[in-house]
Order: sequence, then C-alpha cells, then structure tokens
Amino acid sequence: MTETGGSPVLRTVRLCKEFGKGDGLVRAVDEVDLRVAEAETVAVMGPSGCGKSTLLHMMGGLERPTSGEVWLAGSRVDRMGERALARLRRTAVGFVFQAFHLVEELTARENVELPALLAGRSPRAARRRATELLDRVDLADRAKFLPAALSGGQRQRVAIARALSNDPMVVLADEPTGNLDSAATMDVLRLFDSLRSMRQTLVIVTHDPRIAATADRLISMRDGAFVDETRLTGGTHGDRGGLGALAGLEG
Amino acid sequence: MATAAASARWPGWRAEDVGRVLLVCRLATRDLLRRPAAAILMLVAIVAATTTLTLGLALHGTTSRPYDTTRAATGGPDIVAQATPFWPKATTPGSRGTLPADLAGLRALTHAAGVTASSGPYPYTFASMTAGRRTVLIMVEGRDQAPAAVDHPDVTAGHWTIRPGEVVVERTFADALGLQVGDRVILNGRSFLVAGIAVTAAIPPFPSLCWFGCYLGPGLPDTDPGLIWATEATARVLADPSGYEPLSYLLNLKLANPAAATAFADAYNQASTALNAPYLVSWQGISTQDSLLVFNEQRILTTASWLLGLLAVASVAVLVGGRMAEQTRRVGLLKAVGSTPKLAAAVLLAEHLAVALVAATIGLLAGWLVAPLLASPGAGLVGAPGTPPVTWPTVGLVVAVALGVAVLATFIPAVRAARMSTVAALADAVPPPKRRGPLIVLSSHLPVPLLLGLRLMARRPRRALLSVASTAVTATGIVAVLVVHASIDHGFGSSSVLDNPQDNRLSQVMLVLSVALVLLAAVNAVLITWAAVLDARHASALARALGATPQQVTAGLSAVQVLPAAVGALLGIPGGWELVEAVKGSGSLTVPPAWWLIAAVLGTIAAVAVITAGPAWLGASRPAAEILQSEVA
Repeated sequence: MTETGGSPVLRTVRLCKEFGKGDGLVRAVDEVDLRVAEAETVAVMGPSGCGKSTLLHMMGGLERPTSGEVWLAGSRVDRMGERALARLRRTAVGFVFQAFHLVEELTARENVELPALLAGRSPRAARRRATELLDRVDLADRAKFLPAALSGGQRQRVAIARALSNDPMVVLADEPTGNLDSAATMDVLRLFDSLRSMRQTLVIVTHDPRIAATADRLISMRDGAFVDETRLTGGTHGDRGGLGALAGLEG
Repeated sequence: MATAAASARWPGWRAEDVGRVLLVCRLATRDLLRRPAAAILMLVAIVAATTTLTLGLALHGTTSRPYDTTRAATGGPDIVAQATPFWPKATTPGSRGTLPADLAGLRALTHAAGVTASSGPYPYTFASMTAGRRTVLIMVEGRDQAPAAVDHPDVTAGHWTIRPGEVVVERTFADALGLQVGDRVILNGRSFLVAGIAVTAAIPPFPSLCWFGCYLGPGLPDTDPGLIWATEATARVLADPSGYEPLSYLLNLKLANPAAATAFADAYNQASTALNAPYLVSWQGISTQDSLLVFNEQRILTTASWLLGLLAVASVAVLVGGRMAEQTRRVGLLKAVGSTPKLAAAVLLAEHLAVALVAATIGLLAGWLVAPLLASPGAGLVGAPGTPPVTWPTVGLVVAVALGVAVLATFIPAVRAARMSTVAALADAVPPPKRRGPLIVLSSHLPVPLLLGLRLMARRPRRALLSVASTAVTATGIVAVLVVHASIDHGFGSSSVLDNPQDNRLSQVMLVLSVALVLLAAVNAVLITWAAVLDARHASALARALGATPQQVTAGLSAVQVLPAAVGALLGIPGGWELVEAVKGSGSLTVPPAWWLIAAVLGTIAAVAVITAGPAWLGASRPAAEILQSEVA
C-alpha cells in the first residue's frame, strides 16, 4: 500500500499504542496524527513517560502500533512483515538513541560502518563511507578509538554518523542530548543544524527546550496525545529555526 | 543465652558461627527455590555423571559370584589340562616330525602332588555344524553318559545322558543359535538330536572358547566356536586323524588347594619343554574370561562416566555463568548489608554443593538399582549376581566427583563475585566484552548472519571454548562408539552368522550411554545458547534497530553455537580414536568407514543448529525497542 503525489516523507494516522490489559491498560500513544515533510525538522516535547519514545519507535518500525497507520516514504509501515521492516530500517531510517547504543568492542569507525555492512555493502565501501561520516562529525582523529575512550558528546556524534551511514530518508533521534553536558549538547546541536542545512529530515524527541528550539516545528505531547503544535520558522529554513535560535545559549 | 545454647548443641562453636551457617543455608535454600528450573537442570547434569560412575564402580567383580555358583553346581575343576598334537608348519598331520597329543603326560597329571580328584582325559575335536540354515564352527567334547566327579555340566534343559546320535549344547551357544531340546543339527554331515542344554565352569562360554588357543584346520567355518558335548565315540568319528583335525584331549583336575591353581598351572607350563606337552589353565583364568562380558561393560561405563562428568562440569559452569550478573548483584546486596566477601562466596558455593550432594545421592541410588540389569552374567553361568555392592569407597568417589563438579564450576565465579567492589556489584556490572580486532575485520567480509555470529562469539571467547569442549566430549563419545563398532565388525568371527552376546551387550550399553551423552550435550547447547542470547540481547536489539532481520539475528545467534560445535565435532574424531586406544587393553582397532565419521560430524553440527534455533529465535524475536529502552532506564 503506497501513497502517491506530494505526500509527506513520514505520516501517522490515528496512531495508538496500548500496553497491559483490563485495569492495568495504559494508552502510551493516543490517536496521534503527524505529517513530516521532506527536509523538515520536527521536535516532539513532553514530560517523561508521555509516549514520545514509543511514538518514535513506531515511526521507525521498531514497535508495532495497537491501531492506526504509519506511512514512511509512501509505504505503510505498520502492516509490514519483520523482514520488510528490517529492510526499511536499514535503508530509510536512521536511529539516534539517548544511551548512544554503540557496540562497546567496536571502534568508532567500525560502529559507523556497521549499518552499511548489514545493508550488504562491500567492506571497502562501508569503510569509505564511515571515514567520510566521521570526518563530517569532526571525529576523524578518533576513528580507531573504542567508545569507552570517547566522551559522551563524541559517542553521540559517532551514533549520529552511524545513523547517516545508509543515507536515510529520515533520522529519528530519541533524547539525543539526554545524557550530555552543555558543551556536548552544543556539539550535537551544531551537528543537527548542519543536517538541517543539508535537507535531512529529522524527528527529534526531547524534553530539552534548547534542542526543541532548533526545529522547524515543535509539538507538545502529554499523556500519549499531541496537545500543542508551534511552527517555529514559518518555513523549513526560517530565521527563528536552527542554531540561530540558540544565540542566547551560545553567548 | 544464645551463645550458651549454641555452645551446648555444637560444642566448640560460637553463636556467631552457628548464626552464619544458618544464614548461609537459608540464603542458599531461598535462592534454589527461587530458580527451580536452573537447580533441576544442574541436578540432571550431575545425576547423569554420578549414575554412570556408580554403575562403572559397582560392576567390579559382579561375575565372580555367579562363576563361583556355577563352579560349585558343576563340580568345576581347579585346573583344566589340554593336550593337542603338534605338527611343524608347512607339513600335514601324520607326516614326518609330527607329534601326537601327549595322552600319557595328561594321565600322569592325575597323580601329581596336590591333585585330589580328576575326570577325563576326554577327547575333543573341531567340526562344522549346521543348524537350520546356519553353518558354524563347534568344539565337540566326547563325554561319558554318567556325570563325572569333576566338571559335570549343569543341565538347564533336557538331559545329560548322552546317547549315540545325541548331543548336549552349551547354553550361550544354544541361545545364540536359537537351539532347543529336540532340535536336530548336522555335524560334519551327520544328523544329531539336541538332548540337552547345559552350563559348565570348565570352559569359557561362547564366544570365548578359544581364549587359550584353538588349532583349526582349513575348511572349517571362520566363526567363533561353540561347545557341544557328545559321546566319546562321536568325537572320535568326527575327528580326522589323517587331516588337520586330529583328536585332542581335556583333563579336569581338583587340587587340595584351589587358591594355588594359577601357581600350579604356571609351574607346570614353564617346566614343560616338549612341543606336544599338555597345557594347563587355572579356574581363575577361566573365571576372568567368564567375566569379560561385564568387565568390558565396566570399562566402558567408567570411561563414559568421566565424559559425562566433563559435560556436567560444562553444564554447571554455563548455568552458574549465565546467572553471574544476577548473582553478582546478589553478592553486592549481601555485602552492602554487612556480609563479608567470604560469606557471600559461601552462599554461592553452598547452594551448588547442596545440589551436588542431592545429585550424588540420586546417582548412587540409581546406579545401585540399575547395576543388576547390566551385571547379568549371561547364559554361560548359572545364578544371578544379585545387587552389586555399593561400597564406601564407591560412595566416597561418587560424592567427591559430584562435589568436584560443583566446586570446579562455581569456585572462580564465587571468588570473583566476592572480590568485586560492592558498588560495581550492585550496578550489575558484567565483565565488558572482549575485542578481537582481526576477527572483526574478517567478519566484515562475511554474510550478515556470520558477521553477527562471529562478532558475538568473539565477545565471550571462554563461552565459545566451553562450547567447543562440550561438543568435543560428545563427539569423542560418539566416535569412540563408532570405532568400537567398526572394530567388532572386523574382529575375529566377523563373518560369524551368530550374534556375539558380548558384542550385543556392549552395543546396548554403548547405545544407552551415547543417548545420555547426546542428551546432556543437547542440554548444554541450549544452556550455552540461552546464556549467549541473554548476553547478546542488547547487541541483537541494536543490530535489528540498524536493519538486521530477525532471521539474520537468529542465524547469527545459532552461529555462535554452530561454529564452535563444528570445531568440537572435528576434534571428536581424534579424541574418540585416542579414547578407545587408551582404554581398549589388547587388540587392534579398525578405522570406521569415512562416511560414518563424516555423518557423525555433519550430524553433530546439524543437531546443534536445530537445538539452538529455538532459543536463538526466542532471543531474536524479543522487541528491540523494549530492550534498547530498558538500557536507558
């Protein structure tokens, strides 16, 4: 099932996710409708446990919804089999996690080349791409370092480079600065800003207002549902969006 | 008060000591009850080893009593002397240089010092016998109609009063041929009636008749001979004095001191220089041949018990290792509330030692109950062996092995957990995975399942080694069974049309032990895979988040087992051969056909792949988001 003609890159329709049964039933995501256009950066904010991460996982095919629809690049994700979902995650989606989730025994470069190897690229091509991405995130000199030897910010930059390994249509970031100090957060913000300027579609789940302020659109979430939506830029690359919105912080 | 009460009940103990022991017992018991499945698996693994070991130890000397019973019932001789003709090589009997059987020398033995009674000399010869469609080799001993004072075979069916045209068949041989009283057999072309079936203590039963040498001429069937009693006239008629089967003679002697029979026989044999001099064997030598059936079983059981013991160590090590993270946290908790590292280690050791003690008890009981089934002396002897004795040394060794298995597998983790800092232990810190650079580079060039499998395997090399060892032990057992089978098939009497009762019994025992080995190895494979699945749950979830399919992750987790299993299965080939070489005693071995070995290796690998697929699939199917999310929490 595909959508055609001027459709958004990512779309959810009345998306629901329930956990538990009977009295213990919890509706983590409650009839969420979302449209993310190509090259748009959307930030979803809300308190812990409001369902932000669950929404993100459903959009990336990591979790199946109880009801509703998820469309990614014109394909309906929620009805896909596991194999098709894996292919989708490998080609169309890049994940960035709060806990980085780097493989501890692999070097920075080996971590970045992993998605390319899983996608069946040649080791040489995977390595070339990893080197290029590490250079882009300013970690070329840390390519042979193990994650344990990197700072939190550096680890998250490696994770972002890994998310970009297969040129995904959309990068889904789950609290990307949740484990970082201010300096590292700024590094990551700069990186996201450069991704925006390269027209990379981004969905960032966060409760950090600094990172939310860099988005084109800010959506507030509470108890599993969207309660507010603010267009920060009036366009994909307006004056208020991007790192410019963080002038105060930078000063 | 408490101190006084404790001291009264356990003199020399302080109340703190008693309290500590009680605390260790209570904590160990609670933990065992909290994880009954793990405790049961550990119990099964150790019980398999202790039962087999008990069987092996209990079978020592089990046939001596039935042989004694048979000897008493048949007036069994202390010495059997045989006199055979001698002819030089490349000549025919009767030609120049040949010597007839020394009958005079035999008769002189009846007057030797220390001899109190005798029977014989009885003539015997070898002939071919056809029963139904089968033609086999027989030794025909000519006997009187009246029972002799020494060696009067115990008739278990029919009668002994041998008349012309009648024969009595030794029971093991009759069983192998399916002969019954009233059947007819053809000896060298003449028809005879089976008048009786009997048991003797003077000659080892089929197929061990020729243990001290048979001189067979050409034209006779190439099979292990069976024993038949006929009239003396029949034996003489069946013999061929001008051919290769002249008459030989047997003389049965009773000594004043039966215990000195071996010395008597050795002294006589060493003093005899004539080429046709009588050759003496003692009742102890015959008894040893009679016990071969059980002796070989005992040898196989003891060997198998060590193999099963090794597998049990692997099982317990995996179980303990798999629970390390949980146990480490528990040790951390104990230390946080004031326990000493020693006490924390003692709790961990105590629960595994308790399981080992229970397993030893069950193993001893099971071995004691099963041993009579394996210790049956066979049809060659009368009387049952009864329940083999489970002696104190047996109990001690079995308990020591069970405790050794538990200590070997638990000691290092217990000490490591106790030494870890309390904060680290509470943080549930598992040892970080190992990095194997060359393996990671190599795996980049492989298909995704192998890439994942090799990298997961490289994370925990000790677990991979355990997997190699576990499979190698099993494959060693399987290959050893194949080598024994191949050697039996190519041994003397391989062309026999009869089933060899020794080989049949050994085959049955080996089959049971092979099944036990395979089952225990299967349990190990599941345990190791599950431990790998748990350890790799984060890596697996991450791989799936990055685009690996559940099938690829399942195949990768299976590969973690299959790759070491392949190495272990290959190691089993030399291992099995060397094992049989080490325990076989005498005789040569036959290399099994190549396709047997290839099938064993491929079968082992395939079995491991199938066994591990289930746990691997379960591990790979768990929602990736849930696992990745829990890491954040």
